[in-house]
Amino acid sequence: MAEQMTGAEMVVQALIDQGVEHIFGYPGGAVLPIYDAIFQQDKLQHILVRHEQGATHMAEGYARSTGKCGVVLVTSGPGATNAVTGLTDALLDSIPLVCITGQVPTPLIGSDAFQECDTVGITRNCTKHNYLVKSIEDLPRVLHEAFYIATSGRPGPVVIDIPKDVQFALGSYLKPQAKMSHPTYKPQMEGDLEAIRIAVDMMLKAERPVFYTGGGVINSGYEASRTLRDLADLTGFPVTSTLMGLGAYPASSKQWLGMLGMHGTYEANMAMHDADLIICLGARFDDRITGRIDAFSPGSRKIHVDIDASSINKNILVDVPIVGDVNLVMEEIIRIWRAKTNQPRTEAIAPWWKAIEKWRGVNSLAFTNSDKIIKPQHAIQRLYEASKDRDVYITTEVGQHQMWAAQHFHFDEPNRWMTSGGLGTMGYGLPAAIGVQVAHPDALVIDIAGEASVQMTMQEMSTALQYDLPVKIFILNNEYMGMVRQWQELLHGGRYSHSYSDALPDFVKLAEAYGGHGIRCDDPAKLDDAIDEMINIKKPVLFDCLVSKEENCLPMIPSGKPHNEMILPDTADIGSIIDERGKVLV
Amino acid sequence: MNANLLPTGSAYFLTQQTQEPERHTLTVLVDNEPGVLARVVGLFSARGFNIDSLTVSETEHDKHRSRITVVTVATPKILAQIKLQLERLVPVHKVHDLTAEGNAIERELALVKVAGVGEHRVEALRLADAFRAQVIDASTESFVFEVTGKSSKVEQFISLMAPLGLVEVVRTGLAAITRGSEGM
Ligand SMILES: Cc1ncc(C[n+]2csc(CCOP(=O)(O)OP(=O)(O)O)c2C)c(N)n1
Ligand SMILES: [Mg+2]
Repeated sequence: MAEQMTGAEMVVQALIDQGVEHIFGYPGGAVLPIYDAIFQQDKLQHILVRHEQGATHMAEGYARSTGKCGVVLVTSGPGATNAVTGLTDALLDSIPLVCITGQVPTPLIGSDAFQECDTVGITRNCTKHNYLVKSIEDLPRVLHEAFYIATSGRPGPVVIDIPKDVQFALGSYLKPQAKMSHPTYKPQMEGDLEAIRIAVDMMLKAERPVFYTGGGVINSGYEASRTLRDLADLTGFPVTSTLMGLGAYPASSKQWLGMLGMHGTYEANMAMHDADLIICLGARFDDRITGRIDAFSPGSRKIHVDIDASSINKNILVDVPIVGDVNLVMEEIIRIWRAKTNQPRTEAIAPWWKAIEKWRGVNSLAFTNSDKIIKPQHAIQRLYEASKDRDVYITTEVGQHQMWAAQHFHFDEPNRWMTSGGLGTMGYGLPAAIGVQVAHPDALVIDIAGEASVQMTMQEMSTALQYDLPVKIFILNNEYMGMVRQWQELLHGGRYSHSYSDALPDFVKLAEAYGGHGIRCDDPAKLDDAIDEMINIKKPVLFDCLVSKEENCLPMIPSGKPHNEMILPDTADIGSIIDERGKVLV
Repeated sequence: MNANLLPTGSAYFLTQQTQEPERHTLTVLVDNEPGVLARVVGLFSARGFNIDSLTVSETEHDKHRSRITVVTVATPKILAQIKLQLERLVPVHKVHDLTAEGNAIERELALVKVAGVGEHRVEALRLADAFRAQVIDASTESFVFEVTGKSSKVEQFISLMAPLGLVEVVRTGLAAITRGSEGM
């Protein structure tokens, strides 16, 4: 016979049965029964946050760095509305989350009761799916189904709204089924074999191929990043990745072109532009990648592998659509390729590599360093050098520092890089770092931050202190909302309307006020020591790194321009290519 | 305002629309669970898709299955998106593009209230007869007609009633089904 328990106990039991070890939450009237159930057990650890947005980003960081589902628990009304930003962030970046929200008792729903809001209405368009559980009979099924939906197919956030009377009600609990299935939701895992065969034939004929990889490779699991490496070895093709996919393919490989897109490298974007075959693996031709759609990679044929059929042909029409799990499809590609040949196309694509090397020679990430003032790119390079041999995880906020981190910090493994790509949520990085640290207590977890972003969720420092989570908040403080300032410089005549970070707190004192450790550095000569100090302290650290204020993040494809019209840094060595391409450079 | 506040060219780029929009009738088979209609309609508004007509009702009570018929106007590229986005919704079983699959039967029902006396009243009744519209309510100076048929027929009937004292109209929206012995 099924076990009898209350709804609140079912929530806790289902989380345990789903293998959840940590949840991030904040109590309130409408979830008190669940908090009571949490109090009476010790398998689930609850991390008390300081704002529900923080809980969602922590759960995202936790999920992204482990491949597991992140879990959030918040109360009704303001608790739920505060979670909306993080849910939307998880939706756009395909992060598996289950968010349990309390709701007013069912008889009060619709009466504008205290702390009532239409949670399922508000979150319908910012979740993969959501539920309002009005009866205890439905609760166990919904709890397990939510995990299945959040983690399978294209992952995403799922909300379960549970009225307080349902949390108190008694019912029969059901264990999760060994193999979940759903009558209408059936993600397609295996790619169409005929399409894969055609894809391999095209790859075997390509002269200017490029792998364009994305967050899907990371979502597909650790195995997928191994398969991608095999595939790159087998073919000899160059590999680039979106912001979300960094780490799936090692940055130390010779075949790595760096990130592509608006702030991607010259070689990655030129390769995309001039390619005759783009093999898109788990990426979605987002506008930050394509630039001007009608000028995007005009001479290429395109293969698109995605688990979400609606991502295919949404922005860019492709020649070979393959719906399926990217790891399984890559494995099939490898199998079919091997059946035809064991040779990479080294010779056939040698001229292509030659062109790429020329673009690489432009050195598009170059910048003029200084010994007077810390350049933000330099700071990230030093941070990378100081931490690369450790067990390091990086999160970021949103802005220039985020792009510099993507450009100058290099990742050889997946799940090491957590950033808000799709939604671009300032305030993501600090709580995300806390979530990562919860999952990896002994790792070095660094949030590469901007002084503006970090103030959006700064209060989570208190969470870090409470749970002894020694996250390092490395603030590239340029006293500007630098990315906004850069756009204003480029596009609005340098009128810096409200993009100056005024009345900044003293971050060192602020760190101390929280009980953490504060460091300030404005001298390039002292930077390495200061970074070492940060790394070696077993406490949360706010590092106020004062950097040059008006540095622009380059290279950049300005909006509305094609890939071959990038703005390059002044320091770029365009001499060697000026004959072919330089004419069009701005 | 000064001259340097002229447009900067920074706007997001819109590619030229080259495809022609088409009118299509879609059938969406869904689990009739709370909120399912809101999901479907919310998807259309969130993604800027258009709804010309919408009809919903539970059609298989034992399975709690509903049929939603949506008429939309979109380019072929957007139509493909609409279908795929709908199929992504968890309670959606299947989406059929009846227009693309071809040869579906489409019907709509309208109730049309017309008030008038003398010549107009006689003419309204005569036209109703020609359209096979039923009189379902009558007073000395008004009729309510029930007219069924393709949307174009309903449309035409209503426009003919306009000069004859049309008071108001209510329409069910389109119901559509494929021909032949096969179900969906
Ligand atoms: C919540 C939110 N509000 C506004 C923005 C728009 N925005 C993008 S970058 C940015 C400035 C970020 O400044 P800072 O954190 O100092 O980073 P920097 O660009 O200076 O490195 C702003 C305001 C955003 N991305 N997120
Ligand atoms: Mg800044």
